Amino acid sequence: MSEESPVSQPANSTRTIAIGTIARVEGEGALRVTVKQGAVHDVELKIFEPPRFFEAFLQGRHYEEVPDIVARICGICPVAYQMSAVHAIERIFGLRVEGPLRDLRRLLYCGEWIESHALHVYLLHAPDFLGYESGIAMAKDHAAAVTRGLRIKKAGNALMTLLGGRSVHPVSVKVGGFSRVPSRRELEGLRDELLWARDAAIDTIRWVASFSYPDFVPDYTFVALRHDREYPFNEGRIVSSNGLDITADEFERHCEEQQVPYSTALHCRLHGAPYQVGPLARVNLNHDRLPPAVMEVWADVGLSLPLRNPFQGIVARSVEMLYALEEALRLIDLYEPPPVSSLPVTVKAGVGMACTEAPRGILYHRYRIDQHGVIREAKIVPPTSQNQGRIEEDLRLFLPRLLTESDDVIALACEKVIRCYDPCISCATHFLKLELQRDL
Amino acid sequence: MMTEALRNDAMPHDVGSSCRPSDRTSVRIIGLGNEWRGDDAAGLVAARRLREKIGKGAQVIEAQQAGTDLLDLMDGALVVLLIDAVSSGKPPGTIHRLDASTGPIARNLTCRSTHGVGVAETIELGRTLGRLPERVIIYGIEVAETGWGPSLSQPVEEAVGHVVARITQEVEESQCTSSTS
Repeated sequence: MSEESPVSQPANSTRTIAIGTIARVEGEGALRVTVKQGAVHDVELKIFEPPRFFEAFLQGRHYEEVPDIVARICGICPVAYQMSAVHAIERIFGLRVEGPLRDLRRLLYCGEWIESHALHVYLLHAPDFLGYESGIAMAKDHAAAVTRGLRIKKAGNALMTLLGGRSVHPVSVKVGGFSRVPSRRELEGLRDELLWARDAAIDTIRWVASFSYPDFVPDYTFVALRHDREYPFNEGRIVSSNGLDITADEFERHCEEQQVPYSTALHCRLHGAPYQVGPLARVNLNHDRLPPAVMEVWADVGLSLPLRNPFQGIVARSVEMLYALEEALRLIDLYEPPPVSSLPVTVKAGVGMACTEAPRGILYHRYRIDQHGVIREAKIVPPTSQNQGRIEEDLRLFLPRLLTESDDVIALACEKVIRCYDPCISCATHFLKLELQRDL
Repeated sequence: MMTEALRNDAMPHDVGSSCRPSDRTSVRIIGLGNEWRGDDAAGLVAARRLREKIGKGAQVIEAQQAGTDLLDLMDGALVVLLIDAVSSGKPPGTIHRLDASTGPIARNLTCRSTHGVGVAETIELGRTLGRLPERVIIYGIEVAETGWGPSLSQPVEEAVGHVVARITQEVEESQCTSSTS
């Protein structure tokens, strides 16, 4: 959605059109599209990444401070940042969190997926398919649907509040476990609302599967975690649709971050090429890890795999929302409080890496810690910087069909393509300026 | 819509008819912001100080990047006093007092602190869905610096002090109204 009307500013032989601010995208950034001789010449997505600030900020901090600090990087996915951090640090200390504590971490991650996916599906993405400029405009005609989405989101929030202390920035995750663990009764108190949300998630899948999608099926390289038995949250090997199969320790050998001249952000490429992470990648690479109850709904709406249309990311996100609710209910039913809320930690010097599945895709952390438990180096590769090159490539592929259209039609189409990725561009403010430049 | 854009040295003391009968559950103060983005933390800092100052006079909530959760945070309150950082081009430290109860607030006044769905959008969403409290007052503090970092600039620090004083007065007066009505 453009907040302002397009304003043309002729200048010499080219025309620069400032299109305004893109809404319904998490973060801040800018998009510049250059069209020459009737063809898309260049697409540059500029973003400003807070992880760069935090990488420096973490240096010199004690490892115990890390979960609380990294939770501040993103208001939408604080759990993901905490999980990648504690797993990487636990690797250094030779600590393995198992049993109910591991289950609680999965449960917390369920809360974040439910919350993040419900927001994107209902308020940020659905308006694109139903022809509304915003979630508010959509709510006027679809109040019941929006209310349903907000209530699903709240069910996710409730999990995050209970397990994380605060819903937006969980504070009780720590290296070795949690600062406290819930009672059975506390978890059971969430059950009824989660049951309601599970049924609502089934309705959500049916709803989004009925949308019309543009005919657009790029040849993607999907990358996601893959675990022996589970749909991935915290653990698994990093696999791709092209046969990559590595541990998190090997991530930086295969996925290289490159500086691009027009952005402060780094673009991450797999063997030099763009790739996609997130719900679509996860569903395609892990559909055999989804429980039968989820696959039945999938089959019921008549979707076939692989799902390669980025606009159908809304379907993948809805399927994952149902999965997270099923998994949360399963974990609550199994739960027996552990005897201790966290395992004893023995500080060791070393380097540790971990990747977990943030709502938007794999989130890589690497830490170097000294013998006193002080962070000497931190490296964070968020999902959006991995998807950034792929978003640009999608825009290059999608735009040619639109070049005869007006600037505002092109702008809206660009925004819709970008929104498929639910990009969390900055995690603090929300300005994405779009600039279209074309030859006269 | 009522909008006041005031320099913090020109704060009015008479909040008059904005007082409502209240108790702790009916008046809720919500401070929004990101405490790692400099002046963006203004609302959070103000809420923190109000909690100490007002005590049981009102519920006080600090919310980092609340987004649509703001609707849940407002649920059940009669009066909500919302404090957030704003950026509209006015001098840093300028205090805006907006009454969102009567109509949409200007989008260019809000708000740097939430993302995806901002404060203005969330309030309009609440209005559309019939979920707004009877009265929603927004205190917007004009920012100077919102780069990464944990401290407030001096004009914003001063403005926070004025907002805390004014909201304290507003809550106290509403309690007076409550006790005499």
